Amino acid sequence: MSTETPLIGDFHAAPAANPLSGARIGVVTFPGTLDDRDAARAVRLGGGTAVPLWHADESLQNVDAIVLPGGFSYGDYLRAGAIARFAPMMNKIIEAATASSGTRLPVLGICNGFQMLTESHLLPGSMVKNDHLKFLCRDQVLRVENTSTPWTSQFTPEELIAIPLKNQDGQYLADPATLEALEAEGRVVFRYVGENPNGSRNRIAGVTNETHNVVGLMPHPEHAVEAGYGPDDATGMRSGTDGLTIFTSVIASLAGGAQ
Amino acid sequence: MSEPTVTDKEFNIDTVEHASTTPDTDLPWAELGLKSDEYDRIVSILGRRPTAAELAMYSVMWSEHCSYKSSKVHLRQFGEKVTEEMKKDLMVGIGENAGVTDLGDGWAVTFKIESHNHPSFVEPYQGAATGVGGIVRDIISMGARPVAVMDPLRFGDIDHPDTLRVLPGVVSGIGGYGNSLGLPNIGGEVVFDSVYQDNPLVNALAVGVMRHEDLRLANASGVGNKVVLFGARTGGDGIGGASVLASESFDDSKPSKRPAVQVGDPFAEKVLIECCLELFHAELVEGIQDLGAAGISCATSELASNGEGGMHVELTDVLLRDPSLTPGEILMSESQERMMAVVTPANAAEFERVMAKWEVEYSWLGEVTDTGRLIIEWDGETIVDVDPRTVAHDGPVYERPYHRPDWQDALQADTFRSSAAGENLPQTAQELGGAVVDLMTSPNMADVSWITDQYDRFVGGNTALSQPDDSGVIRVDEETGLGVALSTDANARYTYLDPYTGAQLALAESYRNVATTGAIPMAVSDCLNFGSPEDPEVMWQFAEAVRGLADGCQELGVPVTGGNVSLYNQTAGRAIHPTPVVGVLGKFDDVSRRTPSGFERWADGQAIYLLGTTHDELDGSEFARGRDHLGGLPPKVDLGAEKMLGEILINASRDGMIDAAHDLSEGGLAAGLAEMGLRFGVGARVAVDGICERDGVDPFTALFSESQARALVALPRSEELRFTDMTTARGFAALRIGVVDASSGDLEVAGPYAGDSFTLGLDELREAWSAVIPSRFATLGEATEAVRQEK
Repeated sequence: MSTETPLIGDFHAAPAANPLSGARIGVVTFPGTLDDRDAARAVRLGGGTAVPLWHADESLQNVDAIVLPGGFSYGDYLRAGAIARFAPMMNKIIEAATASSGTRLPVLGICNGFQMLTESHLLPGSMVKNDHLKFLCRDQVLRVENTSTPWTSQFTPEELIAIPLKNQDGQYLADPATLEALEAEGRVVFRYVGENPNGSRNRIAGVTNETHNVVGLMPHPEHAVEAGYGPDDATGMRSGTDGLTIFTSVIASLAGGAQ
Repeated sequence: MSEPTVTDKEFNIDTVEHASTTPDTDLPWAELGLKSDEYDRIVSILGRRPTAAELAMYSVMWSEHCSYKSSKVHLRQFGEKVTEEMKKDLMVGIGENAGVTDLGDGWAVTFKIESHNHPSFVEPYQGAATGVGGIVRDIISMGARPVAVMDPLRFGDIDHPDTLRVLPGVVSGIGGYGNSLGLPNIGGEVVFDSVYQDNPLVNALAVGVMRHEDLRLANASGVGNKVVLFGARTGGDGIGGASVLASESFDDSKPSKRPAVQVGDPFAEKVLIECCLELFHAELVEGIQDLGAAGISCATSELASNGEGGMHVELTDVLLRDPSLTPGEILMSESQERMMAVVTPANAAEFERVMAKWEVEYSWLGEVTDTGRLIIEWDGETIVDVDPRTVAHDGPVYERPYHRPDWQDALQADTFRSSAAGENLPQTAQELGGAVVDLMTSPNMADVSWITDQYDRFVGGNTALSQPDDSGVIRVDEETGLGVALSTDANARYTYLDPYTGAQLALAESYRNVATTGAIPMAVSDCLNFGSPEDPEVMWQFAEAVRGLADGCQELGVPVTGGNVSLYNQTAGRAIHPTPVVGVLGKFDDVSRRTPSGFERWADGQAIYLLGTTHDELDGSEFARGRDHLGGLPPKVDLGAEKMLGEILINASRDGMIDAAHDLSEGGLAAGLAEMGLRFGVGARVAVDGICERDGVDPFTALFSESQARALVALPRSEELRFTDMTTARGFAALRIGVVDASSGDLEVAGPYAGDSFTLGLDELREAWSAVIPSRFATLGEATEAVRQEK
């Protein structure tokens, strides 16, 4: 039997459990990262191979895509993600995601990872404290507004999904011109349905860049990949696995060479 | 007490040699909280007067908090009443940082509850935050990876202005620290009662898991092994908290008042967790101890006295945040996020590599010796030379006088039924329906999700159940589904009426909660919150509660593996109600078998059974609280029945017979039904006449009595026969009282009363039930509502 410690952060010994595809997806760990194990599990359950990457290293180890998981990078006592943006690994990711020739690396930032992506200007806008000033953890319904990114290709347009939301600094802000451009260009990828949980402008939960390879979102798809441990849904308690589609999407996109 | 006759400078570098030649020097032992006979004992142990640093160490290690001097004689029962059978899964018992229980498959689990009551009253955010930090470090010290936390909380009256200060700070402190560690918060309690005014109880539980081979103990063995302090730097925080250093020892160039409450840095703790686990995994430490109360004093004396030899430490090598700290202050500092470890010289370089990877600061302080002495030097001069056992283990032990309060008889005679509160009870369908709504919208029965939604319950991806289900459930092994369930409970009103029974009722409820989710109860950790041990009446409550808990654990066959005693919870001479918080840990072979606490939408038409017997037991109940009455005797305890009920619920879960289960406790059947419906917004149609007939009680009693050893279950009709065969074979009362009605969204309760039945719309009830807490504490939300509308 496996002797893997079942938890957070330390997935150095994680086995690559019979991946269905050759897709290698890097999961970056900063010292204060919390959801890296969950992200690695989501990659495995989606059929790929999770490759642990360390913030201080400079090699992307030939991964095909990157997940920046949630947490508190370096403590985030300053602005969330503001220091992480300068990590050696982030420089490599920025380079690979914005390459002027060849395939641009697909990058997904979740929660703190989304904050890192806005801090490093791979995505527009910024996150501030929730308007109610509290940490909020709840099951959240989102509408998928853009299915043309490698991370959302297997959703149906306008699909409603439920995944956990949990953050303190989740209020998405951007200037009016940026918001207008995002809407006009269809770059809002996920939108909150129902009560706005944090005051985000235009109820934006996730956005993509101009080339659609970089996606950031505040809620946590990696916590909705396994029945029994996700959000509640119609089939039963904690049965929601809507988040898994994000990971199967990118793996299918990589396999199909779609970009 | 007179001024010390030594100058400040001499006091600060008061060496052993100096102490030997100045036997008549006055020391501020009284200001440090020592009694004169305790001071005399230190002098007799050492054969001379202690140095200032030694005095500081003894004073804090012999304090109530560290030495358990008032409680020790009673706590012994937890060890004495453990049978061989109860020990079979116990890998480490009471006395270490936390007890360790074998889970099977090579896994072990460790858990513990501690209090951080006083700091949380003074500074709610940091007090609660560092409470989480401290208990998590206890778990790491055992070699385990922390996997979840829980927080039993008790506040003053919900409408008291100070509760508005304390509660939001405590909740955001727990969230702010715990959420940053990546530990799901899987449950706890929230209780409001004016007895906790000026004395909130902020208890914190942490649970961790490890492979058997990763178990670590706090001892320093192997002569020549090196002692290292790592993590955060040592600062001046936490020194004033226990009033252990007299003001005379500070000179004017430094701040005269140190912060009484430690300040937490959750990022440092998160890094410390990962860094320690890497050390364990690479087998780089021989012994490890977290730094909590009494800081380096505690860590050095505990490590040294639990090993075979002695220890030699150079205190000037401690990395400081504040270079002006004196040796005594360094020894006493309770700065957070620090650990002390013993490392072989061969592993030192590898240890340093791990520190560098995680960018954790460390300093080598000394080594393990064979002298049997703990020797601490300051710049090469000896300032401490003691037998570490005399500091850590041979503290004073008191047989505090205790006696049953004179008022106890009158209190117990003042039953609910005989009081004015017991008159004009609801009788008609309409009155009973209204009473259920009143109950569910009372502060102690209301929805606590405004609080628990500020905690991360998902991180780790192994949370199978959390608030509001009966216990929190965490998967340990992803391949097999092996996991644990945890619940904490206390009913201080019951314990006030009868401390012996009350403590057993807390145990019974926690045990029942764990079994209700389908887990097999295995171990107990307790946090005993009481008033002053110097009050013989409080001491009687304590003695009775401990005796009750120890007897109860023996009867249920679950050992106490650790815990904490918090005394002096009283302000202006008024003690809190005795509050023994009992945590029970249970085991699942496969957590996917866990039973949820509510009716699910797909379960339409399932049968609802009430297990157990209802008696007229309203004394101390939530209904009585609603009428401001507290008197009489708490519900009867029948641990044999609890055990049998547990077996039924565990078997039913394992064999897949039931789809929902919820224990009956505060608020009785009325609360149980309402909570099962509110869980997923699925209604039910039930009738209470069967209960009234069989148990000889009226409908009001059937709904609101808090008789023990009862639970509600929902099961498919196809399982009814198998299920009732099981209860009949055990002779355990089981009565079909209704069906799940997924189509209606209403809870309909029929009975032998005027009006025939009452119907509660669950949506409507939810609105009122979930508004109780936010309406008091979400005032910031109102301020931002206008902004929200604009967006």
